[in-house]
Amino acid sequence: MGEPPAATPIRVLIAKPGLDGHDRGAKVVARALRDAGMEVIYAGLRQTPEEIVESAIEEDVDLIGLSCLSGAHMALFPRVLKLLRARKVRDVPVFAGGIIPDDDAKRLRRIGIRAVFGPGTSLEEIVRTARGIARHRT
Amino acid sequence: MTGGRALPAAARAVVRGDRRALAQLITRVESRDPTVAPVLAALHPRTGHARVVGLTGPLGVGKSSLVNALLAHLRALGKTVGIVAVDPSSPFSGGSVLGDRIRLERDPADPGVFIRSMASRGRAGGVATATREVVRLLDAAGYDIILVETVGSGQVDIEIRDVASTSVVVLVPHLGDEVQTLKAGLFEIADVFCVNKSDLPGAEGAARDLSELASLGTARDGWRPVVVQASARDRTGIENLWTAIAAHEAFLDEDPRRRLESERRRVATELVELVRDRVAQEAAERLTADPAHGRLLKDVVARRVDPRTAADRIYARHRKPTTRVRRR
Repeated sequence: MGEPPAATPIRVLIAKPGLDGHDRGAKVVARALRDAGMEVIYAGLRQTPEEIVESAIEEDVDLIGLSCLSGAHMALFPRVLKLLRARKVRDVPVFAGGIIPDDDAKRLRRIGIRAVFGPGTSLEEIVRTARGIARHRT
Repeated sequence: MTGGRALPAAARAVVRGDRRALAQLITRVESRDPTVAPVLAALHPRTGHARVVGLTGPLGVGKSSLVNALLAHLRALGKTVGIVAVDPSSPFSGGSVLGDRIRLERDPADPGVFIRSMASRGRAGGVATATREVVRLLDAAGYDIILVETVGSGQVDIEIRDVASTSVVVLVPHLGDEVQTLKAGLFEIADVFCVNKSDLPGAEGAARDLSELASLGTARDGWRPVVVQASARDRTGIENLWTAIAAHEAFLDEDPRRRLESERRRVATELVELVRDRVAQEAAERLTADPAHGRLLKDVVARRVDPRTAADRIYARHRKPTTRVRRR
């Protein structure tokens, strides 16, 4: 009782757009972010870009993490960015993970995905990056 | 409505149906931002229309799945629905994984639904001050029904009663023998018992035990808990569940004094909690600033003073609002 008004934890949405069922990576990342003190809203598998954006708005997240292993990332990730812009959400950064070829990763970064993590990325690096790019509340 | 005063911009946005503004206000309430107070004050006269239904019960009984089934049912009835789903925060890292959305299917373009996940952030009992205020924001935003899903409850987690006007206790078959239902706590707060996963064997028996419990003894506030069987997976019994909830709400409305009394009880608890939280926080701050506290601590550990005597002394020192401690 009477706990101090602690600094607000970073709220992050982790979602998997697309139709593949490989959610282990997303779960491992969710767990790591939790252990780093963040509040992870885990939206799970087979989310449409529309669902992801609505969830991000309702949950007022500071960061969005997308995971995709179906190969459809070049269709799905840009669509999320576009919808965010259409809803005037400009201050919530998006990072991505999955099986994403280097060339695609470059293009995704160019259009505004802040970080792209492939297999083998350390959790430490993901947590550090997430902390660094998350929207900071004033 | 607000005595002629203009609504603060954030309050206006919520009333207008701005979902982002609502979400951001919820964040401010959750993080105990003191600047949110005038917004809450301005919105208060616009609340009281929503029906607030709490769903509680042990972990894994299917609360989220039932909320999802109720959501579809209520939308089909044309009701707008706000959902607050609480999951636990880690006592170690402070972080959390809020996973209730996984089970909630909805059309993202449907403005008649607003879902918010909340971490318990160290508040015991599953739901607390912040939940109540988040519920009020959804109420002010105009949602007809607000479903509050608690963290998986234990035997004594009955706080939902202080938030919701109808409390549903969700159980599953084979949680224990009928003596469990006689125990104090969780079983006492139900306005509705829902035996979920009733596609499993044993559901009949569980429902029978609960019905027996409900028929024993005197009805609390004149209402006997209703027992329903449901299967969120098979989507059976959902209509019965809603009918039971609506029946309890109708019972409260039948006699305006009942509704008033139920609300008075919740507000009374809330006011005590709000004041107690402030007193507790102030006390904690003063204690850490007081060198005598440190000395007493040592004395207790060294067995020179016992904890009660030490607490008496601390209490006596800090009772008066003006202490010399701060000026030193």
